[in-house]
Amino acid sequence: MLTPDLAPPAAAADGGAGALIDISHLQHVPRRYWGRYSCAVLILVALALLMIAFARGQIEWRYVGHFLTARSILEGLLNTIMMSVLAMALGIALGVITAVMRLSANPVLSWSARGYTWLFRGTPVILQLLLWFNLALVFPTLGIPGVYTARTVDVMTPFLATLLGLGINQGAYTSEVVRAGLLSVDIGQYEAAKSIGMPRLLALRRIILPQAMRVIIPPVGNEFVGMVKLTSLASVIQYAEMLHNAENIYYANSRVIELLIVAGIWYLVAVTVLSLLQSRLEAVFARGSGRVTARQ
Amino acid sequence: MARGVASVAVQPIVRAIDIRKRFGSFEALRGITLDVISGEVLCVIGPSGSGKSTFLRCINQLETVTDGALWVDGELVGYRRAGNKLHALSENEIARQRLKTGMVFQRFNLFPHLTALANVAEGPLRVLRRPRAEVISEARTLLERVGLGHKADAFPVELSGGQQQRVAIARALAMHPRLMLFDEPTSALDPELVGEVLAVMKSLATSGMTMIVVTHEIAFAREVSSRVAFMDQGQIIESGVPQELLSRPQQARTREFLAAVLG
Ligand SMILES: Nc1ncnc2c1ncn2[C@@H]1O[C@H](COP(=O)(O)OP(=O)(O)OP(=O)(O)O)[C@@H](O)[C@H]1O
Ligand SMILES: [Mg+2]
Repeated sequence: MLTPDLAPPAAAADGGAGALIDISHLQHVPRRYWGRYSCAVLILVALALLMIAFARGQIEWRYVGHFLTARSILEGLLNTIMMSVLAMALGIALGVITAVMRLSANPVLSWSARGYTWLFRGTPVILQLLLWFNLALVFPTLGIPGVYTARTVDVMTPFLATLLGLGINQGAYTSEVVRAGLLSVDIGQYEAAKSIGMPRLLALRRIILPQAMRVIIPPVGNEFVGMVKLTSLASVIQYAEMLHNAENIYYANSRVIELLIVAGIWYLVAVTVLSLLQSRLEAVFARGSGRVTARQ
Repeated sequence: MARGVASVAVQPIVRAIDIRKRFGSFEALRGITLDVISGEVLCVIGPSGSGKSTFLRCINQLETVTDGALWVDGELVGYRRAGNKLHALSENEIARQRLKTGMVFQRFNLFPHLTALANVAEGPLRVLRRPRAEVISEARTLLERVGLGHKADAFPVELSGGQQQRVAIARALAMHPRLMLFDEPTSALDPELVGEVLAVMKSLATSGMTMIVVTHEIAFAREVSSRVAFMDQGQIIESGVPQELLSRPQQARTREFLAAVLG
């Protein structure tokens, strides 16, 4: 209902400025968000209950504090981070190469790329880790006969098996992300690049990929986060990542929950740092897109 | 610009002999035969779907010709001749042949992640690998020439359509092409921005650049071109000097088309 003094300024029709209604004496009441308020309260209550449960549960918090900076845990954390970065780097490199091959006019390249993606996306990563680690059962020696050979069991350390297993698997996933990114770039950009004489690979590197990055980075960031946690699978092949080291400690002292909490805290820290880096990177590649900052 | 006007026959910049282009079963070009000599400005007009863009795209190999032969600046397009054999060119050789032509697109197609200056400098730096300082100063000069010296550091989104198209012209010129192709360079522009782009093209024509311009701007064709070709259904129906073709077309289809566009 319109109160009489808020009725549309019909009087304005007669042109006088005084005919406009003065609304300065009216009180401004901000919109109320009852839904938000009640949800926030519910969440806070739930969190409080959860914290009480953990505080009263059979958790010795001083052990958590103690093991948070234990040498073995920190070494594990370092290995986890190092492996995540290396496996992701390998995955991105393979992913870009595979995506470019997949979109090539050359059928041999294109079908090889399809085969790779099919094989490594189609099998569980833990199976791939075990296969790499046990490669010696298929290839007892590696190298070029007569020039250099080595026993596979010596070469295929837990580190290398994990790197190959996670990196190559990641490459298969990343290639699809990169392919989507390349396809998202307007066909006119390829033509403009060609028109100034760019060969295909140069055009991809200088013109197409930088534009595809805007589409590629969010899902790759997502996969990076996944990778940090995926490294924990490598404990099955004795790679000394954080969870593996935490397990070794609780096998000895039986402080299972405490050590799991320690590992959980460090995973959260690592992932948080990664997310921050991702936002920065997105902002860099948003240049010229008309969006000032990347959406969070 | 020095031009080799020898007493012997002048080599055309573009020579097309009976070129045909099929997309599946549809024939978009049905035998185009045409010479464009150095310094000539050829305007191509014709109804939508008549194959104008396809013709331009064949010249710089964005499309491959199905049949017929095409020379640009004396080189057979897409092939290398060795004795009695024609070898299809590799990707990199095609890229090298494209250096002879510059192309300006209807939708500008500037590189959105690069500034205006970087758009212009990209080709000379990365393709021709010329020294940076020299390239940058030349790119600035080119931007000045199209009236955009003050927009060197702007990204394409920050430019109007007319400004973007002028950067696109500068980008093509930076490669020192022998021939410039324009595919409806003003049809994506608001009417008040058309003039600034046509002015740049006109000064380019005056400077002696060989140009093939697909356009609906009949006034531009009349004033600037040395020859106008009318295309319909994949063929050149007639061509001639603008005063003749635009005022006294010989063919009924040309008359109909001109009547329709001139209103
Ligand atoms: N890649 C393609 N695949 C199939 N058909 C095509 C392709 N490109 C063009 N054509 C067809 O070829 C014909 C000529 O197209 P073209 O783009 O050369 O016309 P145009 O004269 O430039 O028209 P407009 O004035 O609308 O730009 C059209 O009928 C079009 O549908
Ligand atoms: Mg067209």
